[in-house]
Amino acid sequence: MDFLLPDFTPAYPEIFLLFMICVVMLADLFAGEKNRLLSFYLSLLTLAGCAFITYGIYSTEVRYTFSGMFVGDAMSDTLKLMIYLTVAAVLIYSRAYISLRGLLKGEFFSLTLFATLGMMVMVSASHLITLYLGIELLSLSLYAMVALQRESAVATEAAIKFFVLGALASGFLLYGMSMLYGATGTLHISELTKSIQQGTADHDIFVVGLVFVVAGISFKLSAVPFHMWAPDVYEGAPTAITLFIGSAPKLAAFGFVMRLLVEGLGELATDWQGMLVLLSVASMAVGNFVAIAQLNIKRMLAYSTISHVGFVLLGFIAIGENGYSSAMFYVIAYVLMTLGAFGIIMLLSREGFEADKISDFKGLNQRSPWLAFMMLLIMFSMAGVPPMIGFYAKLAVFQAVLEAGYVWLVVVAVVLALIGAFYYLRIIKFMYFDAPEDTRPILFKPDVRILISTNGLAIVLLGIFPQALMGLSLSAIQHSM
Amino acid sequence: MDSFQPLFEQLFGSEWGVPLFLLAKNLLLILAIIIPLLLAVAYLTFAERKIIAFMQVRVGPNRVTFFGIPWLGGWGQPIADAVKAIMKEIIIPTGANKFLFLLAPILAITPALAAWAVVPFSPELVLADINAALLYILAMTSLGVYGVIIAGWASNSKYAFLGAMRSAAQVISYELAMGFALVCVLMMSSSLNLGDIVAGQQGGSFLNWYMIPLFPMFLVYFISGVAETNRLPFDVAEGESEIVAGFHVDYSGMAFTIFFLAEYANMILVATLTSIMFLGGWLPPVDIAPFNLIPSIVWLLLKIAIMLFFFLWFRATFPRYRYDQIMRLGWKVFIPITLIWIVLLGAVMQLPEAALQSFPLNLWF
Amino acid sequence: MIFQDFVFYSLASVVIISALGVITLRNPVYSVLLLVLAFVTSSGLWLLLEAEFLAIALVVVYVGAVMVLFLFVVMMLDINLDQMREGFWKWFPFGAILAFIMTVEMSMVLMSKQFSSEIIQTPEYKSVDYSNTKELGRLIYTEYVYVFELAAVILLVAMVAAIAITLRHRTDKKSSNASRQIAVSRNERLKVISMPAEKKE
Repeated sequence: MDFLLPDFTPAYPEIFLLFMICVVMLADLFAGEKNRLLSFYLSLLTLAGCAFITYGIYSTEVRYTFSGMFVGDAMSDTLKLMIYLTVAAVLIYSRAYISLRGLLKGEFFSLTLFATLGMMVMVSASHLITLYLGIELLSLSLYAMVALQRESAVATEAAIKFFVLGALASGFLLYGMSMLYGATGTLHISELTKSIQQGTADHDIFVVGLVFVVAGISFKLSAVPFHMWAPDVYEGAPTAITLFIGSAPKLAAFGFVMRLLVEGLGELATDWQGMLVLLSVASMAVGNFVAIAQLNIKRMLAYSTISHVGFVLLGFIAIGENGYSSAMFYVIAYVLMTLGAFGIIMLLSREGFEADKISDFKGLNQRSPWLAFMMLLIMFSMAGVPPMIGFYAKLAVFQAVLEAGYVWLVVVAVVLALIGAFYYLRIIKFMYFDAPEDTRPILFKPDVRILISTNGLAIVLLGIFPQALMGLSLSAIQHSM
Repeated sequence: MDSFQPLFEQLFGSEWGVPLFLLAKNLLLILAIIIPLLLAVAYLTFAERKIIAFMQVRVGPNRVTFFGIPWLGGWGQPIADAVKAIMKEIIIPTGANKFLFLLAPILAITPALAAWAVVPFSPELVLADINAALLYILAMTSLGVYGVIIAGWASNSKYAFLGAMRSAAQVISYELAMGFALVCVLMMSSSLNLGDIVAGQQGGSFLNWYMIPLFPMFLVYFISGVAETNRLPFDVAEGESEIVAGFHVDYSGMAFTIFFLAEYANMILVATLTSIMFLGGWLPPVDIAPFNLIPSIVWLLLKIAIMLFFFLWFRATFPRYRYDQIMRLGWKVFIPITLIWIVLLGAVMQLPEAALQSFPLNLWF
Repeated sequence: MIFQDFVFYSLASVVIISALGVITLRNPVYSVLLLVLAFVTSSGLWLLLEAEFLAIALVVVYVGAVMVLFLFVVMMLDINLDQMREGFWKWFPFGAILAFIMTVEMSMVLMSKQFSSEIIQTPEYKSVDYSNTKELGRLIYTEYVYVFELAAVILLVAMVAAIAITLRHRTDKKSSNASRQIAVSRNERLKVISMPAEKKE
């Protein structure tokens, strides 16, 4: 037997997380109905522990382990830290919401942590099977979370749609991967590149494989024309879970695209560039135009997500370090904005009332000026108004695309972004210039107040001083390529 | 037998002669297994009636003899039963799905017979000496449930359908525990070949049989085997007092008899596998003079007979389990036991050699 | 090997016919049963490829467990097939065009030089005592241990999810607690009292 025990060090965060998930599940089993918050605190503790470990093993060199199926590098560590932060914020935002809706169960936390594990696997995968299993782990947990509110017909319908389309996307992805395997005879991402460089295999097979892989990715990213699930799922799922689906998985999806398209299929960049241009323009156009017609704010934000995905894809189109790091910056900025937006929707809702109509925001300024101001910051940022982070994110992406020489693409994107500004500003108009329909005060706990304030301030501060975050993204990308 | 091969090659050419010869040879060998098996099934029913009668202080069948010989009273009964079954009309209910209704008994008996292909009767006497025999057995026993389900559905009757549903859930539940128990056996023998599994139990006496180190697994396997064959006390799929006769309520004549044959063939199969995997197969209990002179097949048959006796004994002794209790036993008792035992066994097997040797009375690791 | 070819083509045609039956037959129970047949014959094809472990695992897992549960569900459903078939002909041309394009693309790829027998060699035949179960086991627990564990985690998630979605604590049902029933002792149920014999009047 010539088998050496793999080096577990790079995978310590994953191992720790899996161990703690089991602890959370068991603790919840024995804690009983009254101590449900134990799982909440344990989950936060777990995320803190993961962050501590990831920070401890952070280094700029690339570490492979498990026979080259797992890779730890600057990009994966950075993304993992962002994921922990996002998931922790999601949990804190959702606490009041889920406890009012009977979702404060051990399963909510264990599934959240399982999904986190899936995201971590995705961002540090260096093997097609690992990538696939990571995305399945994430998706399966998300399907279950959407369906967790079993009495709600809307949530169940959303879960079924999500599940069926997600399964279809997985099929696409797997089929594409099998094509790549057939052409190269390897599933290791690094060997995939080498094999393409040698050029022994037929180019047509790669292209067919690539089409399926890109279609699968677009499903998961909800890029047009594979976006149909997103609005229904965002609207149907309980807001806490919409928040989760809309935030952290986007970071993981970024890592996924980096690993698969850039690291694995970077040699085929000229082929996937064209596909991404189509997807990107279609996403920006459909997302921004359809969002205008929405009356439900969760649905509107779903379409806004679709348009933001288009902007993120722009970063990939501008092949090169600047492009990828600007895409990473954009994703982080987007996650920050989504957290705030859905966080505020949850704060406005109360028992038996969801606050998911745009008209529910009427006169928010009179009811809670601070909350209205935070929403204002978020909406400005989403629309890309300087000096918010959303502005700088768009700017960075546009710069990268200009450098790559796609002037027309930038013009189209700017026009579409301007059109998109309309529906963001409409919410601001409702908040500040309309009379409230409902004058009940908004109650929330101090921890949420601190969180939402930090969130809002981060949007402004990172917009004014983007260098730190931009530098982080750039170094993460540079050290991993 | 191999001397006929040239004849085949002459008749059909070398390209087709070899496969055709193998086909013919295997067909003969299959018949050599199945005919004694069916006879055994027939006399198992007789043994069942006699033994249960004895336990209930009755006489049992004692009338039908051969050629009027009085002391053979009763021994003709299974033959008479078979003749009766063949003569009876197969009634197909009006609402039934005719094709599936007739397919069901065939699907029930085929896997019960097919599993015998890999069963060794002595170190040399085995039809197909394949490496993955244990897996093959698992596959075949898991197919048997189709006969029951399809019979239940095709009859277009509430009672039959209820029986089929019960049976499906029960068989799948117990298959898990059964599979895990077998995992322990293959961990001990590090082989999936049934001949190797018996060879792994060699070593002088019955203390080397896997029954001793894997005693809980032996119980789990055998009880799961009883449940898999839908025998009492787990016969909720039939449950005369609840759902008339369960899945085969609408069957008559030969169609019914085939279900009956399948059930008994499965019983013999489970008894044989238990003997092979836990009771040392054809090995004598003590490897000294009078015992090891007896032919090995006798020992195997003896062990099978003992296990079959347990089947009959259970039937005479225990009341039927309630359905939820069956599920509870399978999922909440057997599966945890087997899982823990697998981990324990793995841990023991990973101990360093020196530590294992220092155990007093360690015969197995 | 003409005989092997014969076995291959007969199994393959059964697979194709039964797979066609799965999607064309009107009775869903027949469809499921034909799917079972397709699985069993595919397992036969895998046996021809000397992949005995995978072949038997296919039968044990899919035929023996998954499809039984599937059949279980389908038999209990009351599907109105006419309703499901509404709009079939309306969408048929669209679907047919898509299917045609897919077929052309796939045949272009699969018939390309890449997959021809010149580039992809026939694997050599292994000797009789070669156990591919053992080889697979060795690979799964060494080189692929990470993905193996991940697959296990996915199954755990599936279990957690299934229980979370379906388990409800009903308060209106009466059930007996089996553990307590078993643990009951004689003293709880039966009291032996001594009574003086009554006098006969």
